[in-house]
Amino acid sequence: MEATPELETFWQRSAYLWRIRLRVWRHNFTEFLGELRNHPMALLGGLVIILFFIMALFAEQIAPHDPVRGNLRVRLDPPSWIEGGSWEYPMGTDAQGRDLLTRIIYGSRISLLVGVLSVGASVLVGVFLGALAGYYRGWFDTLVSRFADLLLAFPFLIFAIGMMAFLGPGFTNLILALTFKGWVEFYRLVRGEMLSEKTQEYVEAARVAGLSHPAIILKEILPNIIQSVFVLGTLRMGHMIIMEASLSFLGLGIPPSIPAWGSMVAAGRDYMLVAWWVASLPGIAILVLVLAINLFGEGLRDILDPRLKVDV
Amino acid sequence: MHNGNLLEIRNLTTIFPGRRGDVRAVDSLDLNMRAGEILGIVGESGCGKSTVLLSILRLIRHPGYISDGEIRFRGVDLRQLNSSAMRQVRGKEISMIFQDPQTTLNPAFLVGEQIREALRLHHIIPGRKMPWPFDAALRRHEKQRVLEVMREVGIPSPIDRYVAYPHQFSGGMQQRALIAAALVCGPTLLLADEPTTALDVTIQAQIVELMLRINKERGTAIILVTHDLGLAAEFCQRIAVMYAGRIVEQGNVEQVVMHPRHPYTQGLLNCRPRISMRELRVQPIRGNVPDLAELPFGCAFAPRCEHVQDVCRIGPVPMVTEPDGHINRCLVHTGFQRQENWQWSDRVERTV
Amino acid sequence: MRAVKILERVLVTIPIVLGVAILVFLFIRLTPGDPVDIMMGQGGAVSEGEMEQLRKEFHLDEPLPVQLWLFLKDAVRGDLGYSYVLKRPVTQLISERLPATIELALGSLVISLLIAFPIGIISAVRQNSAVDRLSMAGAFLGISMPSFWLGIILILLFSVQLKWLPVQGRIGFDAQLQNITGYFVLDSLLSGNRIAFWSSLRHLILPSLTLGAPVAAVVARVLRSSMLETLRSDYVTLARSKGASEWIVVLKHALRNALIPTVTVVGLQVGILLGGNMIVEEVFGWPGLGRMVVSAIFDRDFPLIQGTVMIYAFTFVMANLIVDVMYTYLNPKIEL
Repeated sequence: MEATPELETFWQRSAYLWRIRLRVWRHNFTEFLGELRNHPMALLGGLVIILFFIMALFAEQIAPHDPVRGNLRVRLDPPSWIEGGSWEYPMGTDAQGRDLLTRIIYGSRISLLVGVLSVGASVLVGVFLGALAGYYRGWFDTLVSRFADLLLAFPFLIFAIGMMAFLGPGFTNLILALTFKGWVEFYRLVRGEMLSEKTQEYVEAARVAGLSHPAIILKEILPNIIQSVFVLGTLRMGHMIIMEASLSFLGLGIPPSIPAWGSMVAAGRDYMLVAWWVASLPGIAILVLVLAINLFGEGLRDILDPRLKVDV
Repeated sequence: MHNGNLLEIRNLTTIFPGRRGDVRAVDSLDLNMRAGEILGIVGESGCGKSTVLLSILRLIRHPGYISDGEIRFRGVDLRQLNSSAMRQVRGKEISMIFQDPQTTLNPAFLVGEQIREALRLHHIIPGRKMPWPFDAALRRHEKQRVLEVMREVGIPSPIDRYVAYPHQFSGGMQQRALIAAALVCGPTLLLADEPTTALDVTIQAQIVELMLRINKERGTAIILVTHDLGLAAEFCQRIAVMYAGRIVEQGNVEQVVMHPRHPYTQGLLNCRPRISMRELRVQPIRGNVPDLAELPFGCAFAPRCEHVQDVCRIGPVPMVTEPDGHINRCLVHTGFQRQENWQWSDRVERTV
Repeated sequence: MRAVKILERVLVTIPIVLGVAILVFLFIRLTPGDPVDIMMGQGGAVSEGEMEQLRKEFHLDEPLPVQLWLFLKDAVRGDLGYSYVLKRPVTQLISERLPATIELALGSLVISLLIAFPIGIISAVRQNSAVDRLSMAGAFLGISMPSFWLGIILILLFSVQLKWLPVQGRIGFDAQLQNITGYFVLDSLLSGNRIAFWSSLRHLILPSLTLGAPVAAVVARVLRSSMLETLRSDYVTLARSKGASEWIVVLKHALRNALIPTVTVVGLQVGILLGGNMIVEEVFGWPGLGRMVVSAIFDRDFPLIQGTVMIYAFTFVMANLIVDVMYTYLNPKIEL
């Protein structure tokens, strides 16, 4: 037992609360790490994700060549394990003589960034609107829910393609387009949870204790929902990365000057008959990353929130 | 071969492999049944009584399996039959009714069609050469038979109810429909797994009455599995009390209810609410249902028994048959020694 | 009773379709850039007067609500405007390309269900067996795979390496097919052209497989998990106790109930079929709506984009409507 802390001022009280909360979270986290041992595939997924993050962060240090400028004398060199390949370019080169491995390493930046940012923005928007709509109901709920229904009438890629058509290619536009459709699922999750949590007794108790509505939403209800949001977010991240790659493949996503896996596959298509590696290797990078994220996400769901009925 | 018993179970053992070792849900069980008899199997939930019924039909679900014993039905060991011969027995010779009619009827099919299914599977009504969907006469005959059975089990306006879905039935009606499905092929043995547990008390009485009537009119033998010793006493001619996968006492109703030998049976009798002059007395058996994976070496009931002696914990308790056929498995009652006129079973159970 | 329910569902979709149309319209009109400029595009010198003329013709001088009203009025009559670039009515362009897209979508739906159902059922019946583990690993791969990459790999494998199937297009040059309905497989059957039939079928296989793979993966997973649930249910034990064979137990009693959640998921997968359609048409040079809209995007041909996106959304809404109706037939409890 520690000494009773001073709880005179508001700041002391909230600092004390946060200390406890942090301890609980840390406890949950260690417990979660222990649980992961029973889900070896999820653990593997997590490790691969970390690997990709390291790759993206230290691209400059790791990558053997320049990602943008190529050497035209080594156009379409095969990977090292094939006749005629060399260790200078372990995964071969593309049509402009650029090292594929380097470009794949740099490409992980775009994919991870798009995944994290678009899911992050979707979570922010979805949780904010969902919490308000689910807690207060009324005209706001009706309005947002109808709009969400409307967005659900569009297949995801169609909507993203349509938006990119009007916004034009570019990183910011891409995040915008993905978020504009992506928030709906988080909205529906949080709104639904809000509706059911609101009827729970602890909310009533907080109300009786004199907490304001925003305080109840932020301090009482949201911490109970946040795990589900986290699980859904992880599961959606792979989806977002595939969406980005698909848009880039069509030439509607990331501008071709920046190395992105989707556009690399698109560029490699023209040389499919002479150099299969240019189109297929970046695709394997997408597959491995998305697979890792999905494995991790499914494990996360099984550990944190088995009743959550979301699928990859 | 056939000594007049409809059903003879010898040394039946059913095992469910588990993480902490095998669970013997049914352990060296012996049972005899005559045609037309009503036998009750009584015990707490988890004592393996439902497993006995499923074992008879060989419907133990993987990874569980029957490891040992004989199940002789009309002299034929069901365990030796191949799977298609076994299917001929299920539903036609031996059929079963279940605890929860709401989940047991298939929600996607018409009630009438579900009753008809067994008829069609066993080709009870001889058909023409045409395949079933085109044989209008056969289908009409089948439907006629189904409607008869529905009438027999007391489903009002069966013609309308034939084309209804299970969720449009009340609980009692659902159970009647299940009984109709079990009876439609005219089986000689009916296995009833807590058929009244999920129903209201008034409906329970109706269902019990219905089953008694079926037994009387059709001569169908019935095994009733229940946790309610009172119900079994009213309904059955003989009662077997099960504890932790074994029969601990067996006899006719008078023997078991009026002169219970085993402390567990006594406990079950005390559990029933009895209204005495002053107060409503319920005396629960202390302790919990035993963990079948970690049974004590000696008498399985020893940890909860009020009369437990050191000798009860030493080793397996043998079965004792009194001259009047009253069977029990308790050392306390036998006075820990052989008595002249008692017949001891010499089989050694549960090898270590 | 059921008819009322279905009518109700149909009525509910009307505001959604209307909302979709309005949303698409607003997106186009609120995009910066003068449509007339785009229309003239590379045309060079156009006089101010001619520009005014065009604005009037396309009602671009009216206020936004009036434009919206005119647009909706035309759309209801089947007039989705006039392509800036191709200089033809959008409805006409769409109806020319639609059969190819529908043929591809149906082909991939059939292929995906043909793959998913046996896999889902067998995996559930033989839970944790090698077959189950292998197919579920495959299904997991299927949902994590970008379809454009899968298409390219399939081409590399089956067309380039093994030379079994054609690389691109809908039909071989040697098959002289008379165009009747626009659905090549159907047309070749109608005209009795055997060469064209096999050719169009062979061309259909790889694109359908590419488009259908993620759908098959999702459906197989859902079917397996719902079959696992129904196989554990009491009514399956009842069916067995009646003497039903394992075939009847699995394919009648368990599958029938497992279909209910599966059908809902299939409906949602139509979204993947439609969205992935653009990608797959691009990869395989399939002359359908998807390729048309992608090139329309590069041409900034807004009426064409608007019309096509609306058709896609409309199809999606309709597919979900059909699924809802099927659901009422599969699940008797809905009726009440």
